[in-house]
Amino acid sequence: MTTLAAARAPSPPASPGLLDVRGLTVDFGAGAGQFAAVNGVDLTIAAGETLALVGESGSGKSVTSLAIMGLLDRRRAQVGGEIRFRDRTGQARDLAALDGRAMAALRGGEIAMIFQEPMTSLNPVQTAGAQIAEAVRLHQGLDGAAAWARAVEMLDAVEIPDARRRAGAWPHELSGGMRQRVLIAMALACRPALLIADEPTTALDVTVQLAILRLLERLRRELGMGVLFITHNLGVVAEVADRVAVMYGGRIVETAPVAGLFERPRHPYTRGLLDSLPRRGARGRLKAIPGAVVDPRRPPPGCAFEPRCALAAPPCRAAPPPLAAISAGHAARCLNWAAL
Amino acid sequence: MTAPPLLEVEDLKAHYAARGRGAEGGRTLKALDGVTLSVGAGEVVGVVGESGCGKSTLGRAIIGLVRPTAGVIRLAGETLDAPGRPRRLADRRRMQIIFQDPASSLNPAMTVGETIGEALFIHRIGDAQGRPARIAALLDQVGLPRAAAARHPRELSGGQRQRVGIARALAVGPELIVADEAVSALDVSVQAQILNLLADLRDALGLALLFIGHDLSVIEALCDRVVVLYLGQVMETAPAEAIFRAPRHPYTRALLDASPIPDPAARDRPRMLLTGEPPSPLSPPSGCVFRTRCPHAEARCAAARPTLEAASVDHQVACARWAEIAF
Repeated sequence: MTTLAAARAPSPPASPGLLDVRGLTVDFGAGAGQFAAVNGVDLTIAAGETLALVGESGSGKSVTSLAIMGLLDRRRAQVGGEIRFRDRTGQARDLAALDGRAMAALRGGEIAMIFQEPMTSLNPVQTAGAQIAEAVRLHQGLDGAAAWARAVEMLDAVEIPDARRRAGAWPHELSGGMRQRVLIAMALACRPALLIADEPTTALDVTVQLAILRLLERLRRELGMGVLFITHNLGVVAEVADRVAVMYGGRIVETAPVAGLFERPRHPYTRGLLDSLPRRGARGRLKAIPGAVVDPRRPPPGCAFEPRCALAAPPCRAAPPPLAAISAGHAARCLNWAAL
Repeated sequence: MTAPPLLEVEDLKAHYAARGRGAEGGRTLKALDGVTLSVGAGEVVGVVGESGCGKSTLGRAIIGLVRPTAGVIRLAGETLDAPGRPRRLADRRRMQIIFQDPASSLNPAMTVGETIGEALFIHRIGDAQGRPARIAALLDQVGLPRAAAARHPRELSGGQRQRVGIARALAVGPELIVADEAVSALDVSVQAQILNLLADLRDALGLALLFIGHDLSVIEALCDRVVVLYLGQVMETAPAEAIFRAPRHPYTRALLDASPIPDPAARDRPRMLLTGEPPSPLSPPSGCVFRTRCPHAEARCAAARPTLEAASVDHQVACARWAEIAF
């Protein structure tokens, strides 16, 4: 327990293109029931950079991450577009075009993922250490003893006290925060270049959340990883992100460096989200966004946010607006961005 | 003589024998271990704490869904629940509850109208002819279209379902509503609508609320007074303003510091970072239950459980060192 006057190193300079997603689409269903869960998503992540992908239910943020990881069931989901990933050798490959075997070799190795619910992500009948060691053996070809040693080393790196003993613990013997640490240790054991973290602290208590966010931040810096951090919590975004992409109705509606996004959001949805949050030191009525989150099965013809938008005008109903460049790194999918 | 508060909870305990073999078998789980609080008429009291602090058990005990093992619950000065008897229907009507997940707390086979009508029927409010009008008025009150009466829960959004849960609670004309994580499962953009609705209902009906939650910014926006729970015990209770501006308990300070602030400029603010996690309620620490994570703990904290002391008028704190530590 320490009082932290947080030491946060500036992020390394953006060396473009660890991950470069272009025109990603994901369609579910068939015939009249077909709908787009993700509808033309572009995003980039540089080595060492944290991009927060923010959205509410049905925004497509988790489907985007599953598409990048190649974890969608190809019989049920049609994935389109390009997912260019630069691997350790510097070679750029389109993950969308890889077969299952090649993707499996990357997954858990160069690209790792952690999920919201650490209990369901861990194998209940394998000890914490064995699960980490298995990942290391598969991806790095270490033998049993070396893999176990690496597992203990990783448990120590994620600040699990008495790591040597805890390596033999079963998942049910660990608390929620400890399980998430084990999951992080497993994800990072092979020193991934890219970490996809999907709501990694949502199931945790706030005091534990803060510790896990600090841990992820330290490991990102030490390993120089790019991080795609998926969350619905704008407070968490403000804690971790270098850049932010806001999703609504399957599209990225605004993207900006974190400071610019919070200082001056240029999409009415982002603005509405920030305004609707209760603020420290403020009491009383909140500025709610009217209506409900758009159903991706029944998108309106124009801008998906138009039915809830105070700035909506007839052109907004005609077609989904294009992404307008506003300033360096800041773009918004709104015809009226200049009014904000 | 002043009238007693609407709700008084005194030294409430919910102790359960843990089942099973091995280390946990035969031990006592103390979900609530001596909780005292009160809610005035029309007052909004927030109960905040992390998982395992007993906040949901507290709400359920107040509403009569679980039986406390000791302690007293009084409503307008009158003690509820004779020993060994279920709560009287007339008393149940005076306090209602809304739950976190409206999808699982509404019967999927019943229409919204049937769900609300059932509450009226059970409590014998009005007659069959008058019920549709009463249901329509309740839907108006919670901001749902009257046509929603014919809908099933699956046809509604999460926010609309929570409005149905609120309408069902309001149907019987309660004086107090327990809201157990009532906005936690909702999308951020919808959360504010429901919080505003609860505030409006308080103003319009003079309804008292016991708002159980874990999100401190939500608690601050809505509540007049706050009770901070940890491992089944009250750590601190004070007007919301005092809790957020000048907390006196180290745990409250840590909770405030750990809550993310939606402002990147606040990222590097100095904060108290707790290590570890709350201990199991099956084996709470001796003395002060928070001492194992407390940066200010010293030997005497292990010796005796601190009692709630008045730090100022209406501000109570259970910490042996509250007067000597400054944050």
